[in-house]
Amino acid sequence: MIAILDYGSGNLRSAERAFARAYSDVIVSSDPAICAEADGLVVPGVGAFAACMDQLIEAGGAEIIDARIAHELPTLGICVGMQVMFSDGREKSAHKGLGIWPGDVSQLDAPILPHIGWNTVSVGEGSQLFTGVEEERFYFVHSYAAKSEVPDAVNSTANYNENFLAAVETPYVVTTQFHPEKSGAAGLKLIENWVTHWVRA
Amino acid sequence: MTLAKRIIPCLDVAGGRVVKGINFLDLKDAGDPVELAAKYGREGADELTFLDISASVEERNTTLDIVRKTAEQVFIPLTVGGGIRTADDVNTLLRAGADKVSINTAAILRPQLINEISDRFGNQVLVLSVDARRAGTSSGYEVTTHGGRTGTEIDALKWIEDAVARGVGEILLNSMDADGTKEGYDLPMLEDVRAICSVPIIASGGAGKLEDFAEALESGADALLAASVFHFGQMSIPDVKGFLVQRGYPVRITRQ
Repeated sequence: MIAILDYGSGNLRSAERAFARAYSDVIVSSDPAICAEADGLVVPGVGAFAACMDQLIEAGGAEIIDARIAHELPTLGICVGMQVMFSDGREKSAHKGLGIWPGDVSQLDAPILPHIGWNTVSVGEGSQLFTGVEEERFYFVHSYAAKSEVPDAVNSTANYNENFLAAVETPYVVTTQFHPEKSGAAGLKLIENWVTHWVRA
Repeated sequence: MTLAKRIIPCLDVAGGRVVKGINFLDLKDAGDPVELAAKYGREGADELTFLDISASVEERNTTLDIVRKTAEQVFIPLTVGGGIRTADDVNTLLRAGADKVSINTAAILRPQLINEISDRFGNQVLVLSVDARRAGTSSGYEVTTHGGRTGTEIDALKWIEDAVARGVGEILLNSMDADGTKEGYDLPMLEDVRAICSVPIIASGGAGKLEDFAEALESGADALLAASVFHFGQMSIPDVKGFLVQRGYPVRITRQ
């Protein structure tokens, strides 16, 4: 089963439908036990970092993700669901992230924000997530991002006036700053890759 | 390696059907919204916008159903506008499958609504739709309501600056002078708004030929919204994107 962690408001329906294209058993759940034990967990996230972190902690998200890493179960963080993996979020007010990875999340240095739309990704060497969609564009909508590479990971970057992390692949935690569930056929392929190489692996 | 310029078809819906008129009057039936949304998705639309222009609450409930059905099959961003008055209204639309909402009159009547939505969902969820026309306000552009029929004497540029400070993530700039004329986007207005606006601008109103799209990008638009030229088959999204590629603009090319 793939569980989509429901820890607040936002559009989870699209994510549910998109993942259901690649995997037969997908549910949206706020149940910590289900989310901790699912074959794959998707951590979505829209809005501000601090608000997301508060809701995530309230939903037991920190324990869920720690338990999954300890049990070697795959987790996919999307957008703010990626940003919360870092140690420090500087969106609006300084706020601690989950600290699974070192580094800050900070505002993009660009004249027009948010960064909204379809951008290309410079895919890191050895990526399995981007197999077959290396040249495609993906849909971003954010003003903040992580900018320093995660050690011992496949780091893929994008550029909007400056370089930032577009995706990170580690053995159990994978994240994308863009929205694969909103990135058309390319996004569906990327989700399929995650299912193939992490959930079914 | 640059952000693509977005092409966004707009579907005005009323009573469960897509409609289109000139200057919001004389509405014509333009098809089934879910079918049209799926078709535009296949053709490479970068986002979709539904604008609910229903006259009644009963009609409006059909829109939620359209959003649900569209979100089940079209995996690109979906913006919904029309009839949003509270942050809870936004939550209902997001839960149905919308990614962004656009607000217009309700924000003019109560600007604090912008703060309320933005504080709860982030500014990236909120598009401020501005129906502007030339008038005697300080910048020369006035905000209108009721599809351009009613002036507010609010200066459009001041309103945009205020709204961005309150927390909108994009401006949908709809020229009431150009809307439905197919004589091109309102380029001077676009340039004047770009000069004071730090969030992305979606240009709307007046697209009639391929050249119009390139001119709007040249005048500072980040995204281009059009309705009738697509609905009535005058040109397709691949036509527009192909033309923009020739002109050297970055666009997202999809394989059908």
